Amino acid sequence: MTPEEEAEFLRRRKSRNIALGLILLGFVVLFYMITIVRISD
Amino acid sequence: MMTQANAPLATQMPAEWRDFFALTKPRVMSLVVFTGLCGLLAAPGSIHPVIGFTAILCIALGAGGAAALNQWWEADIDAEMKRTAARPLPQGRMRREDARDFGLFLSGVSVVVMGLAVNWLAALILAGSIVYYAVIYTIWLKPRTPQNIVIGGGAGAFPPLIGWVAVTGDITLMPVLLFAIIFIWTPPHFWALALFVQTDYARVGIPMMPVVAGEKSTRRQIFGYSIALLAISLAPWAIGGTGAIYGIAALVLSVAFLFLAVPVAFRTAGADDRMAPEKRLFAYSVFYLFTLFAALVADRLILA
Repeated sequence: MTPEEEAEFLRRRKSRNIALGLILLGFVVLFYMITIVRISD
Repeated sequence: MMTQANAPLATQMPAEWRDFFALTKPRVMSLVVFTGLCGLLAAPGSIHPVIGFTAILCIALGAGGAAALNQWWEADIDAEMKRTAARPLPQGRMRREDARDFGLFLSGVSVVVMGLAVNWLAALILAGSIVYYAVIYTIWLKPRTPQNIVIGGGAGAFPPLIGWVAVTGDITLMPVLLFAIIFIWTPPHFWALALFVQTDYARVGIPMMPVVAGEKSTRRQIFGYSIALLAISLAPWAIGGTGAIYGIAALVLSVAFLFLAVPVAFRTAGADDRMAPEKRLFAYSVFYLFTLFAALVADRLILA
């Protein structure tokens, strides 16, 4: 892998990790809210 | 076909999040979310906004998962057609098994979350719709029969049914009629497009109706489905499931649909034909579905 390809590799991996982190955070919030709604039922 | 030339790039470089997003067919998903939301809002009873949001999210995730599985299976065909050649898999921007795993993961998550948070009947229908689209339609029937669009219409027809069942927890005649409306609407909608867009389906061995049965037969069938659509769209009103707002909207919209289908059905396109009636019918068919479902929700919110 050339330095440019490696930089591109790291950039892609980072953007994917950020996207995945945000999705996981969203699911944590969603499950918290679902739990609150279900408990209050 | 995933070419050997671009395969190494796909195996070396991780795909970008945008490529995964593109796998879910976001434009199709917007229609799925809209009709699912309409089913949810038109259903009798109430649902907590958080649970309602979760139901719509699961419908969207399930549709995205099914779309990813569809592209995983059809990567070879997509590479051969102009309309689909830029997708992540034919371009070699992603490994094929990543698309499969992503599709399976989205499908699994959507069904489990729907079952745990909303209800298991909605989850079961969601699972059925994913299997219907990804397996029965994509893998089995699409390459085998010119009725593929009729059958594929069933996949697009599930969201309002699932949205409805998310609220009520049971299946009644009304959500089945909503299913039937989209099911009957799909063939004239798609075939109007197929008449004026030269696709490469024939070249890749997908038997589309205008190619297999001919243009004349397709035009007659568009007319037949338009009559059926008039009848089925009025059924929710006829059985007392909706009020006059929906009933009048359905009557006006469906008569206009039939009116626009007549010139398409009974003409023969010449050379250098601009296909104006076909383009008009296609554009109207999109407006029709959005407006009909919006009228359904308005009817429920205003008259209920």
